Amino acid sequence: MLTVAALSESALSARLRGPGLRLRTGPFISCIRSSVPALAVALARMYGDYPVLDDDIPADFDVLLRRPRGLRRLVKPQVFFHYDGMEPFQPLPLAQLYPMFEWAMNWCVSSHAHSWLVIHAAVVEKEGAAVILPAPPGSGKSTLCAALVARGWRLLSDELTLVRLDDGRIDPVPRPVSLKNASIDVIRAWAPQAHLSPPVADTMKGTVAHMRPPQASVARADEPASPAWIVFPQWRAGACAELVSVPQARAHLRLAENAFNYSLLGAAGFTTAARLVEATRTFDFSYGALDDAMAVFEGLLAQRR
Amino acid sequence: MTALPLLTRVLRQPPSMAQLGAPEWELLLRQAVATDMGATLALLAEEHGLLQALPAQVRRRLDWERTGWRRHGQAVRFELRQVQHALRTSGLPLILLKGTAYVAAGLPAAAGRLFSDVDILVPKNRLNEVEGLLMAHGWASSHHDAYDQRYYREWMHELPPMQHMRRGTAIDVHHAILPETARVRPDPALLRAGARALPGQPGLFVLAPCDMVLHSAVHLFSEGEYDHGLRDLFDLHRLLCHFGANEPGFWTALPLRARELELTRPLFYALRYCMRVLGTPVPAATVAAAAAGRPNPVLLALMDSLFLRALRPVHPSCAGTLTALSDLMLFIRGNWLRMPPLMLSRHLFQKAFLTPRNVKLDQV
Repeated sequence: MLTVAALSESALSARLRGPGLRLRTGPFISCIRSSVPALAVALARMYGDYPVLDDDIPADFDVLLRRPRGLRRLVKPQVFFHYDGMEPFQPLPLAQLYPMFEWAMNWCVSSHAHSWLVIHAAVVEKEGAAVILPAPPGSGKSTLCAALVARGWRLLSDELTLVRLDDGRIDPVPRPVSLKNASIDVIRAWAPQAHLSPPVADTMKGTVAHMRPPQASVARADEPASPAWIVFPQWRAGACAELVSVPQARAHLRLAENAFNYSLLGAAGFTTAARLVEATRTFDFSYGALDDAMAVFEGLLAQRR
Repeated sequence: MTALPLLTRVLRQPPSMAQLGAPEWELLLRQAVATDMGATLALLAEEHGLLQALPAQVRRRLDWERTGWRRHGQAVRFELRQVQHALRTSGLPLILLKGTAYVAAGLPAAAGRLFSDVDILVPKNRLNEVEGLLMAHGWASSHHDAYDQRYYREWMHELPPMQHMRRGTAIDVHHAILPETARVRPDPALLRAGARALPGQPGLFVLAPCDMVLHSAVHLFSEGEYDHGLRDLFDLHRLLCHFGANEPGFWTALPLRARELELTRPLFYALRYCMRVLGTPVPAATVAAAAAGRPNPVLLALMDSLFLRALRPVHPSCAGTLTALSDLMLFIRGNWLRMPPLMLSRHLFQKAFLTPRNVKLDQV
């Protein structure tokens, strides 16, 4: 199968400038077009292992990142995101091109993919058991996710947990893990072997860098996982690692709050969330150090063996 | 401007979907989604029994659209109950307009149709009371600028749009179907008098079939913006097909009612472009009777060139070199029809130079 890494730099740029790069990420195919050279560099760096499809395979999402025309581009370098001719976001400074690409790809899934209950949560798997980490920004969800992935857990996603409506299993959509501010150095120290994209400062989320997913996670993107735990993480400086059981009803409501399409799915959203809570153990998890957190997650695994 | 765009061809002949290859499906989906007709496409495929034969990935994409539409319908019916509850003490019949009416009446035009406001029609002398009741139940006027308030209250055919403070839903309260300042002003009392009760939904009414078609035509052909041109034309197409088949005497009554309401011109355009773009089967006698609204040949040639562009899917693949100019001319025309020239120039001056720009919260 053709991958991004197998394309030469010029072949990759030619696709992006011309008919579009048909990139497969988990169950989705995106047709990505851009005349901005930096995007080809970023994709070659972060998406080398991902499958590239032929031009005659229909894409789910049409993503165009372009610079403004005319003199404006000299005065104020910006990048625009277009989706089927629409502009869902405001343009961003050109330096934020790659983070914007990642946000655009998240938006495509979270606002369309209604064959799943789409939860704003990281999800990783080991030994066939998946742990879902839903949380608002700032709770340390992505850091925890990156740390687990660097210690051998399989990445399903760091932002979008896709819960099937029919059998409640989780389809992976592994993409680079978003790290913010202090987390960037934490992960650099935690996993010196990890590949991080160059940090971009002053975005709406502060300084942002992405961690490339392990090749093994990308290769297993077709393999669904069964949910075993839902863990609501909360990082606090100096806190000791502690799991506190969350009652089912409360866990359900919190899932609903963190889902993009819970109410849009109506009864199916409710049933899917209810089944998920039924099938998992649900915890609040506070932690202050990644080492302690790893031990807790390994402990959860050990209880299942 | 020669060949019809793919989406238009499919709307004319839904069964032709079965013959499309994968690359054409991608283009079709993109045109449909950009035109706000993704769910319409999904429901057409279903109605014609084509879903099972489609490639799995296409079926999945259509299913996403249909899911969004199903939720929309639920939300509209819920919102209607809230509006009905808020206005229950007024004793007014709740006359629904446009998309809201299609949904409540279960018309084929509701299949796949998405819209953002609930539209209702009330007598002008009851506007204050209706506005007060809505405010008491959580709706608030969303236009705070003094000029905008005056614009709506003195010159337009509706209150400034209101939004519910908790649900964020919008309602447009109309007292007529064209602005007070327009050259033609169909008598709203005639529309209200002809409104029909919806069976099984006490208190809810919709315009009579001819009036519903004429309102849709007025709306589409007096507009200044055509982001939803093709979608609105497809509404007309489906209303015409449905009433033509199910409402005895509809085709004879339609041109007569247009004359009564001074809406012969919009009816002429509606029939002309429905037939041209979507192949709507209109009886020859109706076409002949509607010719009363035909503009002079020079104007008609111009309107053809403008409307046939505006009624294409809103997708980069359908834009030609003249699309931007044509959009601008239609925008000017829409405003021209809305107000007399002097008033229009004052309005544009106000909007361009005097209305304060939206001030961002962090600048306050």
